[in-house]
Amino acid sequence: MMHIKPILAALKRHKAGTILIAMQIALTLAIVCNAVFIIHQRLERVQRPTGMDEADVMAIHSIFVGLADNNAGPLIQADLQALRQLPGVQDAVSINSYPLRGGGWSTGVRTDVDAKDSKAHTTQYFADERVLATMGLKLVAGRNFRADEIVQADPQSVPDPSIVIVSKALADKMYPDGSGLGKPIYIGDTKKPTTIIGIVERLGVPWNSVWSDDFYENSLIQPVQLTGPFTNYLIRSKPGQLESVMKAAPAALVKANRMRVISKERGVRSFAQIRDDAYKGDKGMAILMSVVCLVLLGVTAAGIVGLTSFWVGQRRKQIGVRRALGATKRDILSYFLTENLLIGVVGVVIGALLAIGMNLWLVTQFEMARLSLVYVLIGVVALLLLGQGAVLAPALRASRVSPVEATRSV
Amino acid sequence: MFAYYLQLGLRSLRKNPLLTLLMVLAIGCGVAASMTTYSVFRATSNNPIPDKSSQLFVPQIDNWGPESTQHNKGEPPNAMSYTDAINLMRDKRAKRQTALYPAQMSIVPTDPSMLPFRETSYAWYTDAFAMFDIPMLYGHPWTANEDESHAAVVVIGKELNEKMFNGVNSVGKNINLNGRDYRIVGVADRWNPEPVFYDVTNTNGFDDPIEVFMPFTRAVELQTATNGNNNCSHDPGKGWDSWIRSECVWLGFWAELPTKSEADAYRSYLNGYAAEQQRSGRFRWAPNNRLRNVTEWLEYQKVVPQEAKVSLMVSLGFLLICLVNTVGLLLAKFMRRSSEIGVRRALGAPRKEIYLQFLIEAAAVGLAGGVVGLLLTGLGVMGVSLVFEPDVAKLAKLDLSLVLLTMLVAVLTTVLAAFYPTWRAAQVQPAWQLKSN
Repeated sequence: MMHIKPILAALKRHKAGTILIAMQIALTLAIVCNAVFIIHQRLERVQRPTGMDEADVMAIHSIFVGLADNNAGPLIQADLQALRQLPGVQDAVSINSYPLRGGGWSTGVRTDVDAKDSKAHTTQYFADERVLATMGLKLVAGRNFRADEIVQADPQSVPDPSIVIVSKALADKMYPDGSGLGKPIYIGDTKKPTTIIGIVERLGVPWNSVWSDDFYENSLIQPVQLTGPFTNYLIRSKPGQLESVMKAAPAALVKANRMRVISKERGVRSFAQIRDDAYKGDKGMAILMSVVCLVLLGVTAAGIVGLTSFWVGQRRKQIGVRRALGATKRDILSYFLTENLLIGVVGVVIGALLAIGMNLWLVTQFEMARLSLVYVLIGVVALLLLGQGAVLAPALRASRVSPVEATRSV
Repeated sequence: MFAYYLQLGLRSLRKNPLLTLLMVLAIGCGVAASMTTYSVFRATSNNPIPDKSSQLFVPQIDNWGPESTQHNKGEPPNAMSYTDAINLMRDKRAKRQTALYPAQMSIVPTDPSMLPFRETSYAWYTDAFAMFDIPMLYGHPWTANEDESHAAVVVIGKELNEKMFNGVNSVGKNINLNGRDYRIVGVADRWNPEPVFYDVTNTNGFDDPIEVFMPFTRAVELQTATNGNNNCSHDPGKGWDSWIRSECVWLGFWAELPTKSEADAYRSYLNGYAAEQQRSGRFRWAPNNRLRNVTEWLEYQKVVPQEAKVSLMVSLGFLLICLVNTVGLLLAKFMRRSSEIGVRRALGAPRKEIYLQFLIEAAAVGLAGGVVGLLLTGLGVMGVSLVFEPDVAKLAKLDLSLVLLTMLVAVLTTVLAAFYPTWRAAQVQPAWQLKSN
């Protein structure tokens, strides 16, 4: 460390190069920190569970054509019968939406009939008693619906239900002491109480964007079969038979009734596809950011190698003089490593400030969380190591400069 | 002289292939990253109707009151209730106006071997065709009288005409929609504004082209449900009639106001209308309206996806780092040739010539970087579908203007980066260099 003074003196003569390397390290640190932070956030979202047992599940979106009013009830019943009888199908249900679908119903819920503001926001699913088995939801308290409790309803005038099954997250939000089972809740504007008869361990909402993050697991299921022309069929195949059911199910629906539209693009999807479609953006962003980070680190390392090689070339004579005066190879090596470390430290200090500033700016511009300092610390260490690694080759070359060099020119 | 310097530059680049490669790759990567994200940004921030973007307006009327609008900074709802849309249509205060919504329409082919299918369908008034400059391939839009008489007529799109009628003139023929027959009065030519400004609320700005256009009055008479969003501040009650009489918002509305004075007049008309609704007791709050033109509307509705903005920022930062890197490498490269510069200067070359020589050398590096960047941009544009929705991704394309821009950015930024190293090179003292060797 006693070399620091001569190093500083030498750096003063190479102001431009020093500033350039420090600046590059600073900018790289700022961008890489924020990019890694975004990657991590995205990956966390992608791994969020829906509460469903997603293997062996598929969905079909069907629209009946030419129905006068919302009287598709009997047609949907016929469809369900056809689907449930297919070989390879374990269970099937008609539902207004499902986790990760993208569109669905949502409303506020209260526990106090006179309260003006709702206590929580929730999604509403409408389905019959087979929904728990089809989705593979885990009932942790209470009971399932009975077949005789299911009512048919026009989607434009759904009656307030007397019973409901809720996700544990919603039950705990409404009754934080965990006593939600059997208690009343009020859905939307209604004055009529709805009793919680069952609680499932987990059930996600149909959305996966940032705006739904604060009610991601608040869901309730109403014992209602909607009779509008739009419906989604969720189908669970017997284990391992999903592929054949994916072909047989849409054909069975068309056979049951031709006057319907099943969209070519997103009409028939396995749940794996649904998950892929839903998180495509998050995954793509993570890939993009990773590529950017890697290339950026490469570019920075290349810059350090380039400039340091130049310095070594410029100072061959001085190195020769030092060697002739008794400096060992290690002394020369440590000179260049220390020099780089000094520049690196200045770079990372500025970079850390830049990283935080950049994140604060992103927070104000986009819906983004605050950067955790752990990322900055890891980034600082990584960039210092990168700098030392990059400088190693030119520094080794410098250390091999022979003392004879001192006598060569002039 | 230019050719000579270029030759000198290329020779010097060959002399130090590793350093040159590093520079070219750094510039290539930086340019490619920013151009790829720019291609998406350009597609999403496009002006969809340049001639009229300041003449077409979306009026917004606050029919919900402060209790609901306070959650959205006091902004009125971004769609209109049926009541307000019909009143505005009836008053006809703009040169042209239309209410519109995406209707749930399925086409039922007469050929029994074909299954029914859906196409993007909109219900609106005939004024919309002239307002949005929709080109017609055959026939004409329906008439204002047909709007009033709820006529069973449609205009279909070019693609649908090709699918159903093999592309021949189908005007006068019938088409079955949702089980009912409609007479085709016109076939629209390809019309696919990007972003889909006429219905940002339901599409987020990107959707397939419209293939079925039908009279709004007819769609409502048949109680055709909307394919878009429906937002209610309160329970609308049961059934269609109570729904369209409710304060639920689900309609788009456009007014064409060619001059500023007409826009101002329309603004005061809207305020007068809201005040009248207040007097009649329907609104229990002061008028709270907005009138935004296409540009302002797209901005307000945040059509440019967040991903596009974030990645554009990141790529610009990326380009900056690559530039800083290039400055460093060029500096190293140029200073290595101090003795050569010294000789040239001693032989009488003025500083200007040194500037020229090294800037041309830098431009050659930039050009090479641009070629690499172009290849990478091509890859990047193909990879865009990884990050963005398919509707958005397909808008990003490598066209001639992007190719030229890529090369231009590469050369310009490299020359810019070369200014400081070149200046340093030109400062070289000839005497000093000659002495030391």
